[in-house]
Amino acid sequence: MKTLGEETKMKLKLASLALGAVMAAAPAMADLVVPNLSYRTGPYGANGTQYADGFNDYFTLLNERDGGIGGQKVLTPECETAYNTEKGVECYEATKGNGALVYNPLSTGITYQLIPKVSADKIPLYTPGYGRTSAKNGKVFEWIFNAPANYWDGASVAVKYLLDQNGGDLNGKKIALVYHNSAYGKEPIRTLQELAKKHGFTLTELPIDPPGQEQKSQWLQIRRDKPDYVIMWGWGVMNQTAIQEAANIRFPMENFIGIWWSGSEVDVLPVGAAANGYKSLTFNGVGTDYPLYADMQKFVVEPGKASQGGQFVGSALYSRGMYAAVVIAEAIRKAQELAGTAEINAAQLRDGFEALDITPERLTEIGLPDFGPEIKMSCDNHGGSGMARLQQWDAAAKKWTLITEFTAPDQEILDPLILEDSEAYAKEAGITPRC
Amino acid sequence: MEFLYASEVLVNGLMAGVMYSLVALGFVLIYKASGVFNYAQGVMALFAAMTLVGIMEGRVPFAHLINAAFGTHVSSFGWTVPALLGIALTALVMVGLAIAIEKLVLKHLVGQEPIILFMATIGLAWFLEGLGDVMWGADVKTLDVGLPQGISETAETLTNDWLGYGFFIDRLDIWAAVIAALLVAALVGFSQYTKQGRAMRAVADDHQAALSVGISLQFIWIMVWSIAGFVALVAGIMWGTKSGVQFSLSLIALKALPVLMLGGFTSIPGAIVGGLIIGMGEKLFEYFVGPLVGGATENWFAYVLALLFLVFRPQGLFGERIIERV
Repeated sequence: MKTLGEETKMKLKLASLALGAVMAAAPAMADLVVPNLSYRTGPYGANGTQYADGFNDYFTLLNERDGGIGGQKVLTPECETAYNTEKGVECYEATKGNGALVYNPLSTGITYQLIPKVSADKIPLYTPGYGRTSAKNGKVFEWIFNAPANYWDGASVAVKYLLDQNGGDLNGKKIALVYHNSAYGKEPIRTLQELAKKHGFTLTELPIDPPGQEQKSQWLQIRRDKPDYVIMWGWGVMNQTAIQEAANIRFPMENFIGIWWSGSEVDVLPVGAAANGYKSLTFNGVGTDYPLYADMQKFVVEPGKASQGGQFVGSALYSRGMYAAVVIAEAIRKAQELAGTAEINAAQLRDGFEALDITPERLTEIGLPDFGPEIKMSCDNHGGSGMARLQQWDAAAKKWTLITEFTAPDQEILDPLILEDSEAYAKEAGITPRC
Repeated sequence: MEFLYASEVLVNGLMAGVMYSLVALGFVLIYKASGVFNYAQGVMALFAAMTLVGIMEGRVPFAHLINAAFGTHVSSFGWTVPALLGIALTALVMVGLAIAIEKLVLKHLVGQEPIILFMATIGLAWFLEGLGDVMWGADVKTLDVGLPQGISETAETLTNDWLGYGFFIDRLDIWAAVIAALLVAALVGFSQYTKQGRAMRAVADDHQAALSVGISLQFIWIMVWSIAGFVALVAGIMWGTKSGVQFSLSLIALKALPVLMLGGFTSIPGAIVGGLIIGMGEKLFEYFVGPLVGGATENWFAYVLALLFLVFRPQGLFGERIIERV
């Protein structure tokens, strides 16, 4: 039987061992920690893997080539969410105590759950091209950033493109929206309804239950109704199935436009030649024809430091993950400049995001000329310009080709919607708008 | 015209039902022979399809592990394998998998409650999911075994000449119907007219009695799991051709559950008829009621339909009625 003194000594020993283990697992205090809430498994793993690789590789490049940012190494500890909201929240809770500076969970569902949490914990949440659209209003969403574009921007840019294609007149045209029946897929509906009123086109909404392998009913309806255009808000297997079904009913691919999450190589390759001409929105460049990739090859891929061996370098989703890392890295740089120290905290990074101005010249300096639109954020604008462009799939060459310049969305329609939605949230959450 | 549209939906519903039946068949086979509800059937379809693509494209299995361990950069053997040979080799892999499952899992659980065996198949599903990813990678794979896809112009022209409206029928669905018919005929023939088939039915009726007349439970289980593996391969080919080989393929099992509830867990014809009723029912419901309730009714309506049938026939349409006397 142990005495009380022995028991106390034992507890002390265990406590010091546990503390040692925690200190060993935690990053060194000077490191910049950017947790990568990724998904490499589950129904959306094929998409999440490429994005996560691009995200990791850019920070690896900065660490290997420049010694980090401002002399501080960037750590990207990964946590697998499987695109599952509960797991995403668990990942957040598990990693936030390690000095996390910013989160980018690549899931609208997870984003909605994290918005109140990061606001309470005062950690920025960066959701480029996904998440809650009205988070663009920085007066209400102090900790959330969604530049360069959000879903409503995407819907508006798609309609603007169709206006261009039709001499500025969509009156009497029929547009079908095929969407993932989830928080994500439902995001553009309100905007498209408003745009339909403004431009006189008819909108048909066709929800598809995830994961979306069976879409026969929806495409039979499209075959009967003969819409002029189909816009898609899909993710994962829903994209491949929809593009295949469109080809099956001989819907003209050039009249089929996906959101940026329906525009990666994995969405079109399984359909083969029949996917030729399919279009999608994008807010980032694709391919390896940018000067940055020479460094990526030299410092990351060749020395064997690329995530997953660098097999997806240059793909649409890899490029988007890398672009998210570029924006975060630039925000860190700006935060370091403002704070006058390289060892910034999450609140200082928020200031960095709000003062961010990634000009075309800066993108060229980084080695990514014309890779994305200019991103200029402020206290009240957390969403940037909302500009996006279109790309088209060339099935023979197996590559995307950019077919438009960056186009601004219709702010006349979007601004009131963003204001209305964000003010409703502010009222519900008891937030007093700032700025 | 409305009638013609509804008829087109009905025909396509029947075709979709055949695709569901292909998945349901694998469940029925194992349940019939061993009383085990094989939770891993969907993942087996995914694993089989991944293996087929891997073999056909000459991919090196476990390439990631090999490269990580030895610092190499191997990914491909540099050859491709024709579809038929690839299917035969994959079928062999599925037999190997059946042997491994019997030796490592089932053998140690003989005499256990069905719920224990069911739990074991949940574990098996997780294991196979990971094994497939580690062996062949988690990317979306294109599967092309030469099956045609897209609208059947013959069916379109015929219906147009005959009815004044050209029906859409997917050529892949027609092939699925033909393959399902052949598969069912072969399975029924096998279980009725071969020694092994009769032994399989004997084991299904009573394990102890079958053992007492010298039937090897071990052999029967390996055989049944091999056949279920082959059925999973067929389902994997059809669904993988439709939307690429990826994780979601394992979720087609969810489409088979209402089919099983409706058709009965022990009947091969039940899997087919159940599939046809579910396919037709969900598509017609979506066509007539979907627009009134915002659409996306198919997933839940299939289960509602199955539950409605269960109220009147708890054993399913073709299931065996179990009467236990105390």
